[in-house]
Amino acid sequence: MFSDLPLLSLVIWVPIIGGALVLATGSDRNAIEARVLGLLIALATFVLSIPLFTNFDPNTAAMQFTESHKWIETFDIWYRLGVDGIAMPLILLTTFMTVMVIISAWEVIQYKAAQYIAAFLIMEGLMNGVFAAVDAALFYVFWEAMLIPMFLVIGIWGGPRRVYATIKFFLYTFLGSVFMLVALIYLYNKTGSFDILDFQAAKLGMTPQILIFLAFFLAFSVKIPMWPVHTWLPDAHVEAPTGGSVILAAIMLKLGAYGFLRFSLPIAPDASNELSLIIIVLSLIAVVYIGFVALVQQDMKKLIAYSSISHMGFVTLGFFMAFAIYRRTGGLDGAAMGVEGGIVQMISHGFVSGAMFLCVGVLYDRLHSRQISDYGGVVNSMPVFAAFMVLFAMANAGLPGTSGFVGEFMVILSAFKANFWYSFLAALTLILGAAYTLWMVKRVIFGKVTSDAVAALQDINGREFLFLGLLAVLVLLVGVWPAPLLDVMHATVNNLLHHIMQSKL
Amino acid sequence: MTVEMLNLKPALPEMFLLGMTCLILVIDLFLTERSRGATYLLSQVTLLVTAVLAITGYSAETTLSFNGTFVLDPMGSVLKIAVLVATVVVFLYSKDYLRARDLFKGEFYVLGLFGVLGMMILVSAHNFLTVYLGLELLSLSLYALVAMHRDSAAASESAMKYFVLGAIASGMLLYGMSMIYGATGTLDLSAVHAQVATMDGNNLILVFGLVFLIVGIAFKLGAVPFHMWIPDVYQGAPTAVTLYIGTAPKIAAFAMLMRLLVDGMGSIHAHWEDILVLLSIVSLAVGNVVAIAQANLKRMLAYSTISHVGYLLLGVLAGTASGYAASMFYIIVYALMSLGGFGMIILLSRAGFEAERLEDFKGLNERSAWFAFMMLILMFSMAGVPPFLGFWAKLVVLKAVVDVNLVWLAAVAVVFSIIGAFYYLRIVKLMYFDKPEDGSALEASADMRVMVSANGLLVLGLGIAPEALMSLCAAALHVH
Repeated sequence: MFSDLPLLSLVIWVPIIGGALVLATGSDRNAIEARVLGLLIALATFVLSIPLFTNFDPNTAAMQFTESHKWIETFDIWYRLGVDGIAMPLILLTTFMTVMVIISAWEVIQYKAAQYIAAFLIMEGLMNGVFAAVDAALFYVFWEAMLIPMFLVIGIWGGPRRVYATIKFFLYTFLGSVFMLVALIYLYNKTGSFDILDFQAAKLGMTPQILIFLAFFLAFSVKIPMWPVHTWLPDAHVEAPTGGSVILAAIMLKLGAYGFLRFSLPIAPDASNELSLIIIVLSLIAVVYIGFVALVQQDMKKLIAYSSISHMGFVTLGFFMAFAIYRRTGGLDGAAMGVEGGIVQMISHGFVSGAMFLCVGVLYDRLHSRQISDYGGVVNSMPVFAAFMVLFAMANAGLPGTSGFVGEFMVILSAFKANFWYSFLAALTLILGAAYTLWMVKRVIFGKVTSDAVAALQDINGREFLFLGLLAVLVLLVGVWPAPLLDVMHATVNNLLHHIMQSKL
Repeated sequence: MTVEMLNLKPALPEMFLLGMTCLILVIDLFLTERSRGATYLLSQVTLLVTAVLAITGYSAETTLSFNGTFVLDPMGSVLKIAVLVATVVVFLYSKDYLRARDLFKGEFYVLGLFGVLGMMILVSAHNFLTVYLGLELLSLSLYALVAMHRDSAAASESAMKYFVLGAIASGMLLYGMSMIYGATGTLDLSAVHAQVATMDGNNLILVFGLVFLIVGIAFKLGAVPFHMWIPDVYQGAPTAVTLYIGTAPKIAAFAMLMRLLVDGMGSIHAHWEDILVLLSIVSLAVGNVVAIAQANLKRMLAYSTISHVGYLLLGVLAGTASGYAASMFYIIVYALMSLGGFGMIILLSRAGFEAERLEDFKGLNERSAWFAFMMLILMFSMAGVPPFLGFWAKLVVLKAVVDVNLVWLAAVAVVFSIIGAFYYLRIVKLMYFDKPEDGSALEASADMRVMVSANGLLVLGLGIAPEALMSLCAAALHVH
């Protein structure tokens, strides 16, 4: 029944227009209407995104659900949409997490609730647009426009240092993006169109490829973020309200990784090959060094922020090892496992980090502190919550049976085919991740009850149970049965690898 | 191209405007203070009818008249329409502001209309003398407008500064023209173009003339290092006058740039390209960096103007038809954003209170979420963030320089746009993240509210659908 609807346009525009409607509810006297309307729109968008999964043809690497309309004729810019096996799961992740965020904000956000919900809905539409855009100019419009609602979310509803954090966030990401714009214009100049597929097919010399790669690298590495341009992330996470942290960790970080797959690798494969060692080294630094940094954090949100950087290091490692594996084994299977492991890690990290931030949010709403030292023995007063928190912490540490394990295991396994030391260093995360996550859980959840305030904590209510429970189900589901997720991406990843192993010179 | 001895038809809008302005000058003498509104209405009607005449006179052909001193071409028509529409909006925005400050006088409108006439002549100039005639008519009106608030020391000072510096710049321009006249023996721009093409590019008199021309143009545009007057005049003049100076005359200055450098000296593009590259880079640098330190919004927008001029020059220096079209698009977009920005200052100000400090925007989201959103659109648009119109303006000029293999220049330009983003973000920060100092509701008339809203929404709407304006500019310069 859904096959003839322009689904991708709907998942972009329903939340954006819906967000405008939510804004129209006006002041906080109508906060209830704003929340209900916002939830309905988010749910409708999620429902609209389900057929993208059920009607998806996993046997082709071509763009599906395509839409194409002339937009700006003077510059041959098209409103072109389409998804492949990489983009589709990310759209589902976005529509799902937005529902979670709106539920989680229900009573928590009292100040300008309509604007808060509208900002997340508009952001959802724009992020879906980034994943669905097949035209580079359209992609760039969504990519940059997305910064505006996030800038406002951190700045309006954030913590004490919110202004510093949000301006740093905006300028950092803007800095990366504008060089990408120059690269896109250059590519338009070479190919005569803004179609990303034309960019991918274009022949380019080594020097332009390196420069283009560096321009893209700046944009995407800031977004992921990779060491050493990661410093905006802990600030943004700590100051952002819970919903902002969730979307930032669960989806915005994925945009950078997605950009590598959509732009850097296929447009500049020779430069990617040439520079892959640098990316691998930076990824391993993120995995190991940032893991140590996470260990010493006193603030729970900061700890999870650093753990995100460390986990995203796995993603970039998985992507850029492909060249080394191909050189050593001559086949694409090992490389495919690394790339797919990276993508699974993206999805899993979306659920797990989102859930961890929601858990911290639950605690923060009660005690208004994120300091680990203010807690202790929470399990005594909040047993149900403690069960969820421990589960998500295990997933964050990569325990088998949870989604966190699948991606990390695939990446480590394929790293063996590239270089023993890559996999050795990457595998350290299993120890480090367990150390920083479980140590935090030990100090917060277990042990003696440290204060009267902790003893008086109320366990989670039905609303909180709902969003944590749904996420727990998904974390376990992806952990024990990742096959449906892997199936949709096989064809796309194989096609991508075939493409990037052909020299463009 | 058709040339007739005295074909008056191409100048019909100008002649109508001249007649009406003289009429308004006389009528205004017989009006009492209370019926001054008639002058306002008559001025608006005059501008609108002139705009209709300019639209009906639009033709894809280029027509010369008045012995080849006056040209009517698509670029000229589009720019004239933009000037007229911008002035209509300026008059609308400034009405209540002037009333509240006892400046609601016939002089404002008569001088404003004479200024518009000067701009239109400048836009259509095809001879060094017509350029100078239009420029002086415009400049003299502007000097007087800035000085109109005669009890204000700041206004008088800035008027004096503007006059002295402006006179020097006009002198430079005239000197440059005389040298080129000496080198080529003609004042007609087409003839100059043809003559220059045959000459040795290193002809000393010609090169000197060119440099002086560029100095004059750079002064009128406000490109660094000839930008000194802009911050003082913007800050010192009454906001209504700043609004006027910051919008329509910029379009006319762009036209002057096109007429003199492209129509006149286009055949030695290689000679002026590097000068413009330099002017562009220093304008971007000074404009964006110095704007950060400003506490006065009018002064900040003045430096923002300087940085926008840096972008504007990118398209022209590329020396291609699509580059000229890009710059033309840029200047129209800039005028639209600038109108909105100053419109917001006027909207927030009231009798005895000028909302020109940055602090005056604090907590606007609490006072009026709608107008805070309009200002947000304008600020992000000026910063060049999509989906707003300002992004496309940046995109087209960057594309113009990438097309002529100046990728490094595009990279330099975007680096400065990051610095620029900071001070636009600061306004958004003040409006959304800070608490208001006074929570009073906005006092503004309905027409003002509607117009500012339309202005903001246009920046958003045209940002989502920029094709019409882009193709209009492309057609005006015969791209393809």
